[in-house]
Amino acid sequence: MAFLDYAPAPESTSILQLRDEYRLWIGGEWVAGGGTPFASISPSTEQQIAMFATADEGDVDAAVTAARTAFRTVWGPMSGRDRGKYLFRIARILQERARELAVAESLDNGKPIKETRDADVPLVAQWFFHCAGWADKLDYVGLGAAPQPHGVAAQIIPWNFPLLMLAWKVAPALAAGNTVVLKPAETTPLTAMLFAEICEQAGLPAGVVNLLTGAGDTGAALVRHPDVDKVAFTGSTAVGREIAKAIAGTDKKLTLELGGKGANIVFDDAPLDQAIEGIVNGIFFNQGQVCCAGSRLLVQENVHDAVLERLKERMATLRLGDPLDKNTDVGAINSSEQLERITRLVDQGEAEGGERWAPACELPAQGYWFPPTVVTGVEASSTIAREEIFGPVLSVLTFRTPDEAIAKANNTPYGLSAGIWSDKGARVLAVADKLRAGVVWTNTFNKFDPTSPFGGYKESGYGREGGVQGMQAYLKAGK
Amino acid sequence: MTTPSAALAPAERAVQLLGSDLSEVALRQHLEGLPTVDAVGLEARAAGLGTRSIKTTSKQAALDLVIRMIDLTTLQGADTRGKVHSLVAKALVPDASDPSTPRPAAVCVYGDMVGNAREALGSAWSAGRDDGINIAAVATAFPAGRASLPVKLQDTRDAVAAGADEIDMVIDRGAFLEGNYGKVFDEIVLTKEACRRDDGSYAHLKVILETGELVTYDNVRRASWLSILAGGDFIKTSTGKVQPAATLPVTLLMLQVVRDWERLTGERIGVKPAGGISTAKDAIKYLVTVAETCGEAWLDPHLFRFGASSLLNDVLQQRQKLTTGRYSGPDYVTID
Repeated sequence: MAFLDYAPAPESTSILQLRDEYRLWIGGEWVAGGGTPFASISPSTEQQIAMFATADEGDVDAAVTAARTAFRTVWGPMSGRDRGKYLFRIARILQERARELAVAESLDNGKPIKETRDADVPLVAQWFFHCAGWADKLDYVGLGAAPQPHGVAAQIIPWNFPLLMLAWKVAPALAAGNTVVLKPAETTPLTAMLFAEICEQAGLPAGVVNLLTGAGDTGAALVRHPDVDKVAFTGSTAVGREIAKAIAGTDKKLTLELGGKGANIVFDDAPLDQAIEGIVNGIFFNQGQVCCAGSRLLVQENVHDAVLERLKERMATLRLGDPLDKNTDVGAINSSEQLERITRLVDQGEAEGGERWAPACELPAQGYWFPPTVVTGVEASSTIAREEIFGPVLSVLTFRTPDEAIAKANNTPYGLSAGIWSDKGARVLAVADKLRAGVVWTNTFNKFDPTSPFGGYKESGYGREGGVQGMQAYLKAGK
Repeated sequence: MTTPSAALAPAERAVQLLGSDLSEVALRQHLEGLPTVDAVGLEARAAGLGTRSIKTTSKQAALDLVIRMIDLTTLQGADTRGKVHSLVAKALVPDASDPSTPRPAAVCVYGDMVGNAREALGSAWSAGRDDGINIAAVATAFPAGRASLPVKLQDTRDAVAAGADEIDMVIDRGAFLEGNYGKVFDEIVLTKEACRRDDGSYAHLKVILETGELVTYDNVRRASWLSILAGGDFIKTSTGKVQPAATLPVTLLMLQVVRDWERLTGERIGVKPAGGISTAKDAIKYLVTVAETCGEAWLDPHLFRFGASSLLNDVLQQRQKLTTGRYSGPDYVTID
């Protein structure tokens, strides 16, 4: 056996104690949903994990009412210090149950256990710890003395980072004094249900957090509910547009974190080996199903060949397979719909003249898989240089001068993220200044921190999550 | 000050790469033109490689490989004939309870101990063959390297004459940090020449960079490249006398250098981390780093070594655990 054929090192699922079916969590009670229950499957095996309830309009109303009651009677009047205690308690339980959450997330989403264990779940706990610290310091978020929560927050999150997106939404909302009705994505509802158990374990008052499972209809009913004060959504630009339309003319506050087509710009003086790691991390982290993925590689023409040679060599070492194996680098695509979309866009990219390359890698027979892929010879006008693929597919473009790099990087309807690789500090700062992207990483990529605001320009949405700006989104100036 | 135009010793590799009018200026420009290293990114990559989970059959194979890559070392002022004999005995029979245990690649001693090592090894001494144990000797006024050039060269010649198969030399870190790359280069070239035996063959030359004194990763890349250009067969991190000694990021960087060198010339250079690697768990992280950076071809004692003393016993305990299913304890492996 060759050394690099590492023996299987699967993380055991015995730590999970899953139920066969999960109900809605409303007002601290598990209640049956009015809609038809649905199954969540594991994308790496297509095996059913559990059944989940579908919330209909009546359930949405019950959840919003429970949240309103909790806001009025318990959570709103509570001191910031006491709210902080609950959040710290939740953060600690998240850490205690970290391995269980990592396994559940990997099982339900298809992403490698390495990522859920080392990135997703630690960040989830960090987010709660960070926001817990804000709960009694709201006078300092920049809205004057005694800022006030909005009230009931309706939150809809995507399937790519199920628990982390829940944390980004729930932690600041609760710290600011809002109550929450949250809907996880229909393909990844599992960890939200485990989060409900954690809230119970922490003794969080009933109705402060309510969790509704279901598909798009449930989400639409939630954002349209008249007693919702604030809507926060992370997901596709198309759905974000629908939401903005639906709540136009109401008093509801809105933050949207939508798609992206991030440019990762490699200058010829870049630290080459680390830039390769950054490119790989930028587009193959979470199978590229990341809104801020560095999906467009802009590489200076004079180092194009050197970069591509090293990149391909590095891609050949990526290990695709069982997401629960601790050595897996690339897991499964989240759903058959997503796999179809990726396949269609890459085929189109090839038809438009792009040259497609993927390392030799065997795809498992069951489940949804797409090999890490690089498409070279892509022009700024190519479909795959413009549309968000949301998969492990890197489009490679070249540039000659910093100005051209900036122009090409900004030439997109999106504006969520960008990366700059250069050893020259002055160039990094000058280029970062001109990039129309909410997050610009220099000599690194896909790094997240609760103290740092995250959000987009243009069609990537508006509002910020994280940092002081993230707290402001859940508060209004006091009277 | 050095004269910028001074011609350097015409080492074959350097001439091929930089041209026949090899000078200090040409060398400096070449070294300073190498890609830079981002410390945060390098360390993150090393940490990522360190999370690989090597279990069951892979672990078994890895442990045996680690043993075969060890340069079992004693480098003390207090070394005696008895100590060297004891070290060699350990190399010959690492684990008496399991005759299938492989032997380390070499024993590594001070130059004046080569004769003792040879005597103790007897017929197990490789003397250039592939199936025995090599004798590696540190030379060139190890570990500081603070001696005149003739002394360093004589130190090397003595060790080679006594039978050393491998010479672990130190570079002049002072000269390197002064920017006097030519001096470092020439010393390596001359030391390589001092490794030449009467029959025309050469003792293998490992060049110790002492990365703990070079401090920055950019320096390590330049010193690695410089050592290869001057004719080194191996680049080695440390003497073990300076902290930090071998680290995973520094070793990863040196592996990237030898991978780049192979890409450029087709030639394979060895890497030897030394000092501070004392557990099987750490050693396996190095194997993962080697395989995922340079490929499996480098998982070979001719291209990768560990300079270590206490590592062997930890590997043996892990090996016993895999065989018997139980952890034994330090008294169930022999000391050297």
